[in-house]
Amino acid sequence: MGFWNDPLKVAADWLMGIFTGWGMPDVAAQILIGFLGIFILISLLMLLDIFLVWVERKVVSRFQDRIGPNRVGPFGLIQPFADIIKLIIKEDTTPGGADKVVYNIAPMLSMMSVLILWAVVPLAPRIIGVDLNIGALYIIAAGAIGTLSIIMAGWSSNNKFALIGAFRQVAVMVAFEIPMLATLLIPTIFAGSMGLNAIIEKQSTWFVFLAPLGALIFLIAAIAELGRAPFDMAEGESELVAGYNTEYSGMKFGMFYAGELLHAFTFGGFWSILFFGGYRFFGLEQVSAFLAIAVIIFKAFIGYWIIMWVKYTLMRIRIDHMLGFNWKFLTPLAFTLLMVTALMNALLAGTPTLVYVLGMFLSNIVLGWIALEIARSYSRKEREKVEGMKKVATTSQSTL
Amino acid sequence: MTGGQIIFLLVALFTLGSGFMVVTTRNLVHAALWLVATLFGVAVTYALLDATFLAVVQVVVYIGAIAILFIFAVMLTRKDMRDQGPQMNANWWIGALLSVLVFAGLFFLLQGWSGLSKTAADIPAGFDSIAELGNALVSPTAYVLPFEVASVLLVAALVGAVYVAFNRK
Repeated sequence: MGFWNDPLKVAADWLMGIFTGWGMPDVAAQILIGFLGIFILISLLMLLDIFLVWVERKVVSRFQDRIGPNRVGPFGLIQPFADIIKLIIKEDTTPGGADKVVYNIAPMLSMMSVLILWAVVPLAPRIIGVDLNIGALYIIAAGAIGTLSIIMAGWSSNNKFALIGAFRQVAVMVAFEIPMLATLLIPTIFAGSMGLNAIIEKQSTWFVFLAPLGALIFLIAAIAELGRAPFDMAEGESELVAGYNTEYSGMKFGMFYAGELLHAFTFGGFWSILFFGGYRFFGLEQVSAFLAIAVIIFKAFIGYWIIMWVKYTLMRIRIDHMLGFNWKFLTPLAFTLLMVTALMNALLAGTPTLVYVLGMFLSNIVLGWIALEIARSYSRKEREKVEGMKKVATTSQSTL
Repeated sequence: MTGGQIIFLLVALFTLGSGFMVVTTRNLVHAALWLVATLFGVAVTYALLDATFLAVVQVVVYIGAIAILFIFAVMLTRKDMRDQGPQMNANWWIGALLSVLVFAGLFFLLQGWSGLSKTAADIPAGFDSIAELGNALVSPTAYVLPFEVASVLLVAALVGAVYVAFNRK
């Protein structure tokens, strides 16, 4: 077990030797090393977050046929640092009538809800904060704290736009949590465990081949959870200024913004962990832990890129359509898929891998096709109703 | 005192303190936020007991759903969120009496319980508490009946809510 395979343990042992050499008791040294680990992970994440600002701006400019930041540093790479300096030297305003304590806690909670997600992310077979046996559920629990931070921000700002934005965002988040929870249970069925490491270890064939529909529903629910387009009703620039963070200035706004970017990247990572094999890539993870980290970061970036691709391609959906889509289409579909998956898993248990994968794949495709047919017939009926109403309106107008 | 006990005492104090704030603060939204803190303290207590599943479910259900619903309800029902009236009503002494009686009863019962002085046995390696819980919930020899009764109750509540909210033309 050398440094290249398990760098975390080697580093911890080395530090332990130094600290106990200084005459520190074992327990204190262990706690100190734990804190150091958390500190290093969070610092690296925040550094990555700064880089993500550049990535996001560069990618959006490509989608919109622009060049993007290109003045400060090579390829505009130092632009985010300039942005940060700007955010820090801005005046820190508090709106009149705001609830000061709640107003100041909200951005911290928002950032925290993203950072605590990384406690369960397995970066390599042995590099993981805690291998919780309920890792999948933990994702939802951290999302609950994010929801809370948004409603706190919206309410404490004493601003109608912020409050309406927060209401919309929370309605969407609470609604889309349900299909997300249902699709999180699908990898759980395959792996027989909710631990994220166990889920990755079971993915000799990526779960996306076993549950393509599940992967798609998870992605949609994740985008809604992030409050990104096409589900960014909460922002609604034309009607709400900027939604729940309208009143925030300087680095407090920066916390929301950076939190959102890191959240999107994190969900790209979870998508890859749950459905695309996480750090596994043709046995590369066995060679070195650093290669495993590179693989998972690469996969997370692909997930993040897909989320950006969707964001900058699709337009915003109206809120009643969005919630109707969730409650009438996505939630029933996710639960049906969960039941079908559980049933097929029991039926196909013991069959050769190829039959198992093919059966799962086909059941997903058939279910998706049936769901689309039902949605199409429903939308046809709705359209006919609207067309009929229009005809009535025009005829009544012509008679006048 | 061990480290675990110190952490437990801190968490318990935090939970009790925020619980006290829930009933004393005059701003209703603040009360709801203190309630979130209380429920979070309970979740930490579960985590200290190695009941990770319960801890996470506590956060998902109580903070993610119920507390958010409270906050929504508070915001949608009141114009002024500061309660101006007296915080006690005429029956305060009955409530105080009942709580003292319950506390005394629990204290009396727990006095004779031998479990208080025992230390918990270590969980054996490879013990999967969620798998055990899942099996117990659907096993006929364990809790399948209460589990199903609770499910039926929830479905009945769901149907009732839809019936009440349904807009008949």
